[in-house]
Formats: sequence, structure tokens, C-alpha cells
Amino acid sequence: MNDPAISIALVGSGGSGVMTAGSLLLEAAGRAGLYGMMSRSSGPQIRGGEAAALLRISTRPVFCLGNRFDFLVAIDWANAERFAAEIPLDTESTIVGDDDIPDEFSASGATFKEVSFKRLAAQSAGLRPNMIALGLIGSAIGLPPGELEAVAKKLLDHKGKATVEASVSALSIGAATLDGLKTIDIKTESVAELWNISGNEAAGLGAVRGGVRFVAAYPITPATEMLEWLAPALEKIGGTLVQAEDELASVNQLIGASFGGTPSLTATSGPGLALMTESIGLAVASETPVVVVNVMRGGPSTGIPTKSEQSDLNIALYGLHGDAPHLVVAPLSVSDCLFSAQWAVHLAETLQTAAIVLSDQSLAQTRAVIPRPVDVFFGARRAVQTEAWEDYERYATVPGGVSPMALPGLTGCQYTADGLEHNTQGTPSSRVEDHARQLDKRRDKLALHDYGDHWAHIDGNGPMAIITWGSSLAPVEEAVETLAPEGIALRVIAPRLLMPVQPERMAAALEGVETALVVEQSHGGQFFHYIRAFYAPECELHSMARPGPLPIRPADVTHAIREQWRGS
Amino acid sequence: MERVVTSGAATEVTLKPKDYKSDIKPVWCPGCGDFSVLAAITRALAALKVAPENVAVISGIGCSSRIPAYLDTYGFHGAHGRALPLATGLKISRPDLCVLVAGGDGDGFSIGGNHFLQVCRRNVDITYIVMDNQVYGMTKGQASPTTEPDWDRSKLTPHGTRINAFYPLVVALASGANFIARASSSDPNGAAKVIGEAIGHPGFSFVQVLSPCVTFRPEQRDWKKIVRPAPIEATTDPAAAARRLMTDDNFYLGVLYKGNRAPFEPDSAGQPSTEQELEEEFKV
Repeated sequence: MNDPAISIALVGSGGSGVMTAGSLLLEAAGRAGLYGMMSRSSGPQIRGGEAAALLRISTRPVFCLGNRFDFLVAIDWANAERFAAEIPLDTESTIVGDDDIPDEFSASGATFKEVSFKRLAAQSAGLRPNMIALGLIGSAIGLPPGELEAVAKKLLDHKGKATVEASVSALSIGAATLDGLKTIDIKTESVAELWNISGNEAAGLGAVRGGVRFVAAYPITPATEMLEWLAPALEKIGGTLVQAEDELASVNQLIGASFGGTPSLTATSGPGLALMTESIGLAVASETPVVVVNVMRGGPSTGIPTKSEQSDLNIALYGLHGDAPHLVVAPLSVSDCLFSAQWAVHLAETLQTAAIVLSDQSLAQTRAVIPRPVDVFFGARRAVQTEAWEDYERYATVPGGVSPMALPGLTGCQYTADGLEHNTQGTPSSRVEDHARQLDKRRDKLALHDYGDHWAHIDGNGPMAIITWGSSLAPVEEAVETLAPEGIALRVIAPRLLMPVQPERMAAALEGVETALVVEQSHGGQFFHYIRAFYAPECELHSMARPGPLPIRPADVTHAIREQWRGS
Repeated sequence: MERVVTSGAATEVTLKPKDYKSDIKPVWCPGCGDFSVLAAITRALAALKVAPENVAVISGIGCSSRIPAYLDTYGFHGAHGRALPLATGLKISRPDLCVLVAGGDGDGFSIGGNHFLQVCRRNVDITYIVMDNQVYGMTKGQASPTTEPDWDRSKLTPHGTRINAFYPLVVALASGANFIARASSSDPNGAAKVIGEAIGHPGFSFVQVLSPCVTFRPEQRDWKKIVRPAPIEATTDPAAAARRLMTDDNFYLGVLYKGNRAPFEPDSAGQPSTEQELEEEFKV
């Protein structure tokens, strides 16, 4: 395949500025009219640990890392070997850095160019090794020097003239050390408005667009940046973010705020979701809309907080006690984090239930230069009782199942929301018929809703299909593109709505499929078992399930497909 | 935004305590102290003339936590131990409401113990009424955090808990509660007065109401003979209050501490923006 993308890994010890250099490189590429993405990988240390910025820059939008890296630029090599599996190199690759390259990298046969960024920086005061590295790699891939200078100035302007001048000087020193290095020129083309946004920020913006004005949360990696974006954003638009004492408190604060009429959301990761599950059930039972964005990381337990995995699917689907129908929505790309969060808020509000949004570290902490996401508007809002009514019943069984919610302050409709099973008025009841009626109500309102085409991303046709979800979609799509010229046509089905399940729609999507591969980033094949359990496809069904933290790469998928369907 | 100190807009018509009661029959045992607390809350609300629709009563799980359904106000009967955060979210997003939290000693000090500390620190303008009977009644008589260490009547702890009892008023003071009082179900008028004062006081107000469990702690019937008004005025000095509470025998009634910390208010920006303006930062 003619891959126009360039992949670059920047590594260094924590505090060496690799993330800053990577972010500036991405921003400069965007200014030059290019698309790109940068994912972050780091060790567990707060400061001083190893860090890697993994970039892919292209003339067209890219949503996943490539199969290999063209450049590995090391500001230093401290513990960089821990990333060896995440940075595949080959004889076409180029390594730039000090000469004490770890064997794990030198064994690749990549071309080595010795550059000591620290020594170059020591030439004069104020020079920073990461800015020299940025100048070098920016120049290597053919970015206009003016764009690199512009982004550096924007970042450092507040630090004064001397700092800006030193950084400009560092950029040109970096660019000048280029002699003998293989350069790749990227032809830039004019494009529409571009955004540089992370999945966490996109989900935050989606939440705000969905109408969220109250957020309560407890800090947790890798969801915290979403909260850090939301705190000032909510303050600006008249909302509130509260840092709660724990996840038990944060989800209950949401329920309280939502009971009062304010659309509410929290962001967390696996351990936090586990703590919240009891009260997510309360939101379901009391029919109080709340949205929980769960940014998945390696599990179980504390697991691998800084790296990605799609292994919270089971807890999101099945983690609530009792029969507790709720919504599970999974964004399919960095930019889709915006739509999915907005949609989840819309669904939770209109269906008066809990929604779990399953993002993951690789979406959330990846920055991407993307075309501006399209504006989406959902007209429907929460059904609210607006007039006093003597016979008001909060949990009335009505057609469609969604009964209007009275908000405190409305005269004559006082009721008590309850996690105890209740009758239509909300009075606690353990009667057989009340339980049956309310179970049906909570199920039916979700089942009867028309989720439209948003339920899944479906592309292609033919008898062979790949069923996947979330961040695994991007490498799958790239693999499909790679295989097309070989005459291998593949259908791709990626549900965005994981609960409630959509058997009729899935059956239509699978019409004519003879064999399907289920691709996911989990050890236990959670998504595969979900597909089997709820959709029971009549076709042959195979599983490609691999745990994190190694990202699924397009080549992994093409390999699996060739293995699976050799000769077919 | 102007701060609402005494929240919950008043009624235009005069309401009687019974107008704040729903027609649902409580699940409580005959003789339970909680009946008096329910009466005290309705009297306090009627005296404050706060409209029932502007009151929200939030609770967790336990005998006393059933109270929201017995009131004709808005209510939320939530998860065990989580009433305080639920009320916090409601009050922060709806400062116009009068928000009360009611529950028991197990709900508030054991499973919900951390929230008790944090809500005292945060000082959101809500009132917390704990009906303390030193026992888990709903699960049929286990020791609670306020149970004496040598109480050996539970099958779960047949030799007593042998762990120190929890002193909620002292902990509330140390954690920053802005109003601390004790009342008794044996004196519903006194309890109504204290609860009314707690609601009127800005910030987080904590009222412990001694409310006997006649089923599992029948000896608590004698509390009414022991309780007596504290022989002092409420202090605004935390150090004096600390000395008083540390030497207290747990049966002095009245307002014991009244702080003057400003209630929690969320941050708000001077210049409001639009959603569109938030997008600017993402443009390359």
C-alpha cells in the first residue's frame, strides 16, 4: 500500500520534554495543512520516568498508529528499552540519539545517526534538548521552519523574549544537524478547518454540547484530562465541576444534581467505575439520568493505568446488580469521542437512565489533527412535568415507558425518588405486580427507542466481515484498505451502541456474511462472547482478541485475516 | 449570582405541620423515636413557612432513612451511606432549594463515614439530621459505630464490639461543620426548634437526634430521663466547643456550636462564554 504517513517516536526520560516536542510537532504539521495523531506512552512514575510520544503524520486523516516507525528520536535513552515492543523498527527506519542505544533497538538494523541533544544544548544557555530534537525531526520530514517557530513562540511567549529566542535558536541548530539523514518530504494540500484535539477533550466538548452543566469526579488516570478541560469550560458557561472525595460520592452527586434537573456527567476509569456500580444501579432504578465516561486502561485492579485496553466491556455491560437496563456507548475514534459523549448525554436525558461511555486510553490521551467534527443537534430533551397535577405519578407506566419527571420546586407534584422497588407513585413496594411493571417500564423505554443509524458504523459488503468496536476500528479500517487491492473485500461492522443490543439491525448488517472475525483488545475475548451471546450470528465466527497495552496495528489485522481466510 | 442564605422560598398560605406529611404509613415499630423526629421536622418546616415543593429530603438506607416518603416534600431515598453526596450535588446545582438529609448512625457514620467528614469540610448549605439509636434496626439489631464497646446483645458481636464508639459531634467539629446540635425524640418541640435553627444557619448544619430503638435497644426508653438542656449558650469558638464536646456525656441537648464560615459556593466566571467560544482553542 502506498502509505503517505510518516511515523515518529520521540523518547526520553520524564521531564526531558518529549511530550511537549511531540505536541508542537503535531501542531506544526496541522498548521502546514497535514493531518496527524500523537499517542502517549509512559511509565508509572510521576516525574523522571520514561516517556514516549508516538506520532503519525499524513496527508490524510489518521486514527491509529502505523505498523512501524520511520524515526526514533531519543533525547536520552533512560529506560527507553521498555518501549521496544511499542516502537517497531526495521532496516528502513532511522534512529537518532546518543550512541548508547539499547540493544532492543539496534537489533532492528535501522540506520543510526549519532546526535547528542544534550551536548548540542550545552553550547549556549537556554537551549533545550527537546527543542533541538523538534527542529531536527521537523526539518527531516520537511515541515516549514516557520511553522515550527510559530508553535514554539505560541507556547513560550509568556516566558519572555529570551526563552523564545533560545527556542528558535534550538530549532535551527536541530535543523542544521540534519546532514546525511534520510528525509521524507510530504506534499501538503489545502484542507478545510482543522482541529487539534484529544479524545478526552473531545468527550468534554461533547458533554457540554449535550447540555451537561454539572460534573463531579475523582481524579484518575487516564480520565483526568477530560476533567481538567471541563473545569474551566463549565465555569465559563455557567456550569460546575466538583472534585469529590471518591467515586461513590461523585456518582451520587450526579444523581442529586440530575434529580434537580441539571444534566450531569462524570469521568473515571476501571477502578472508579467499579466503585460507582452500586449507585449507577440507583440511577437506573430511580430513573435519574446520569452519564459516566469510563476511560479504559489495562486491568484488572490497578492494572496498567497509563496504557490502553478494551477490557472494561464486561463490567460496563453486566456490572450492575439486579436487572438494570442501561446504555453503553463506545466512541469509535478520537473525533467520535465528541459525538458519542454528546449522544450519550442525549440518550440518558431522554430515556431517564444511566449511560456508560466506554472510551479508552488510546483514544482519550491521543491528540489528533482532524477535520472539524460536524455539528450535531438533538432536539429531544428530558421529559419534565411542567404543571401541577393532583394525580401525578412519577413512575407511571406510559406508552414508550418514559414518564415525565417533576423537578423540585414544582407545586403539587412532590414525590420521593427511590432505589427501593416502587409503585407508579414512587411508594416503596415489594409486590409482585409492581416489580414486574417497573422492570418492564425500565426495559421497554430503552428497547422501544429508535437509535437510528448512530447505533453502528457499517461499511463495505461481501461474505467476509470484521466485527469490532472502539479504538480497534481504526487499525481494522486500515487493514481493510490494505487488503482491497489484493481483491479481498471485507465488510466492517462496529457497534457504537453496545447496550441495549440491536438484534434486528445487527442481523441486517450481517445479511449474507459467511464468516466473520471479531477484533478486540482484551485477553478474554469479552467482545467476542458478547457478540455470540446477544447476536448469535449464523456465520462462522472467529476471535482475534489480544490484551493491551500493545496497540492493535493494521498489520496484525491483515495477518489475522490472511491466516483466517487463506484461499477463500 | 446572589447567594441564597435561607433557601426554599416561603409559602403564601399558612401551612400546618400535618400539611408537610404524606399519607404513607411508616414502617417503624410502635414506640420508635423516629415518629417524633418526623413530627419535629414538619413542625420546623411549618414554622419556617418554607413551601413543601421547595424542600428536598435526601436519605440513604435504614429505618430512619425511610423518612422522605413520609413527607409531602420532594425526596430521594438513595443508596446506603450516600445521602450526603447526593444532597451535595442537588444543593450545589439548585441553591434555591432547602435541602435536608436524614438518616441513621450506621448509614451516616459507618458506610457513609467518609462523606460525613467531607461534607463538614465542604460546608455546603444543607442540614443533616441523624436519628441516632446506636443500633442497626433494619437488619435486626447489630452494633453501629455509636454502640458502646461492651454491648453484647448482637449475634454478630456476642462479646461486644470491643472497639471505641464514634463521637459524631466531636468529629463534626474537627471536620469543620458550621452548626452542631443535639436533640431528643422525647422532646419533639425542642427538636423542632433546633432543626429549624439548623436549617436557618448558613453552611453545613449537623443535628444528632437521640431516637430510641425500642425493639433492639429497649433500655433506651430511659434516655428521656437522662437528657437535659445544655447549661450554656451556643459558642462560636471552636476551641471552647471542643472542650465542651469532649467532656460532654452525650445527653446534653441544644445548639452546642455555631460557626461563621461562609458556605461553599461553586466558582463562576465573570464573563460568560458560549459553547462556540469553547471550540476556539482547538482550531489549528
